Amino acid sequence: MPFIPHTKKDTEEMLDAIGVSDIETLFDEIPDELRIDSLAGVPDALSEMHITRLMRERAEKDGAPLCFIGAGAYEHHIPTAVWDIATRGEYYSAYTPYQAEASQGTLQTIYEYQSMITELTGLDASNASLYDGASGFAEAALMAVRVNRKVKSGRVLVAPGVNPVYVKVANAIAGRQGITFESLPADPQTGNVELEQVDDSCVPVAVVIQQPSFVGTLEDVDRLTDWAHAQGALVVAVVNPTSLALLKAPGHWGQQGADVASGEGQPLGVPLSSGGPYFGFMTCKQKHIRQMPGRIVGRTTDLDGDPGFSLTLQAREQHIRRSKATSNICTNQGLMVTAATIYMALLGYEGLARVAARSHQNTARLIDGLCAIDGIERLYEGPYFHEVALRLDRPVAPVLEALAARDILGGLDLSAYCPDIEDALLVCATETKTDEDIDAYISAMQDIFHSRSQTQPRKSA
Amino acid sequence: MSEMPGDLLYTKEHEWLRREDDGSVTVGITDHAQTALGDLVYVELPEQGMDLDAEGEMAVVESVKAASDVYAPISGTVEAVNETLADDPERINSDPYGDGWIVRIRPADAIDESELMSPDDYQALLDELDA
Repeated sequence: MPFIPHTKKDTEEMLDAIGVSDIETLFDEIPDELRIDSLAGVPDALSEMHITRLMRERAEKDGAPLCFIGAGAYEHHIPTAVWDIATRGEYYSAYTPYQAEASQGTLQTIYEYQSMITELTGLDASNASLYDGASGFAEAALMAVRVNRKVKSGRVLVAPGVNPVYVKVANAIAGRQGITFESLPADPQTGNVELEQVDDSCVPVAVVIQQPSFVGTLEDVDRLTDWAHAQGALVVAVVNPTSLALLKAPGHWGQQGADVASGEGQPLGVPLSSGGPYFGFMTCKQKHIRQMPGRIVGRTTDLDGDPGFSLTLQAREQHIRRSKATSNICTNQGLMVTAATIYMALLGYEGLARVAARSHQNTARLIDGLCAIDGIERLYEGPYFHEVALRLDRPVAPVLEALAARDILGGLDLSAYCPDIEDALLVCATETKTDEDIDAYISAMQDIFHSRSQTQPRKSA
Repeated sequence: MSEMPGDLLYTKEHEWLRREDDGSVTVGITDHAQTALGDLVYVELPEQGMDLDAEGEMAVVESVKAASDVYAPISGTVEAVNETLADDPERINSDPYGDGWIVRIRPADAIDESELMSPDDYQALLDELDA
């Protein structure tokens, strides 16, 4: 369905119909002091030719470094067909369509997306997506509080492995709505939850478990899920969709499965592109569907008995329920979801499992090579997926600088995100890295650690 | 023309109340309300034992076209909820004053009828809405 903007004539006719001379008069009730005529710091418009050149020059400054950073956004190979199809005029919209009669194709695409995501997460129902993983987590916490209304504590227990940025965002969105996010204690050996030390004096409304954790470890999700349910809490899973091709789906965690799963959808066909746009996904058990935020596409039968698709359960939403809606989210990331649907359809089960397995193998090769260097070891023991935290014998920042000088983005300096962890580097090698790429990183790291001129170990080490 | 039993009390929010012999009060929504909402698909019920404030939100009734709050007509405690509505919300459409009851409340105080509407008052309200 193409977008056709108003012509000058359309606008004039509309103004004429309501008896207003021009647009300015239409808005004349807005006082002058509330108006902003020009935005400070925003330059004048440029022609297409100039802006293309400017953007190309800026993009070139990025270069094409070898990227070993993950930490929530992952570089994966995206088949050319994904964005070739997603950007066709028939699909090219950022929004969910309201008009079922004019949008069957788009609605079916979203329906297929929902079907794929529910299968991947092992849960019953999916929404049409949310803004990103972080806001998805906040919405999942709010949803858990609505579902588990018997528990009034508002206490959401967060496993230590949940992305610290997500917790920040959730605090900003939900922290003023009677919800407190409390961190569960961590076992320093494994980085995972230490249940024995949990303060169980007050019943939590929900327990949030991220798998794999932000620092790359794998939690004992079955045990944690059963523990949370025994406490009367709901379980919110935060998961990496690629990992679900290999790891147990949240719907099968423990005896009863997680109640809600959410996560960052970017790994499914969305490029890194400086942090966005991405999309968040969310699925839940059927019995919780009326508390799920966002749009949901349903399959139905039309008057002639033919299958059709439409938005459903809209009474939960803002345009009908106003301030009592399940969320202020009344849209989805339509274009990103279209890309993800095509990505998943092209790869299939086997393809996604191969991406996941290759990413794991590549990370294993990288870790083995790096840990053979004197002064580098794993921060936590235990299994991992495609991301691992390493402890260095020296500050991380200068090491990353030295790697960047060799055109390698060596990972994430964890100290900026986890204040109690010092000299730790989070690295990730997806399927996009060849053995040569990985060996180049290892040999660069060897050089840096062996030549004392660039970086030095801490004296205590 | 909506059905409207003469032995009930009503509210301007289109709830009805029946005073039971044991002193409790059964509450539902009126025939007019269920007609206006259309086919109900979901009812969110309060929990048993929950304390209610008069005019506070008590339940949500959702139809294919709208979701509306049901308000507590009096202060009190939820003594029973009509659990059958969870699987069969259309009972409210088919029998709003009978099988479609929503909650039974144990009133906190003596009921002040001047705060509620008689069948005649409620009929007058409906006539006004129709006008």
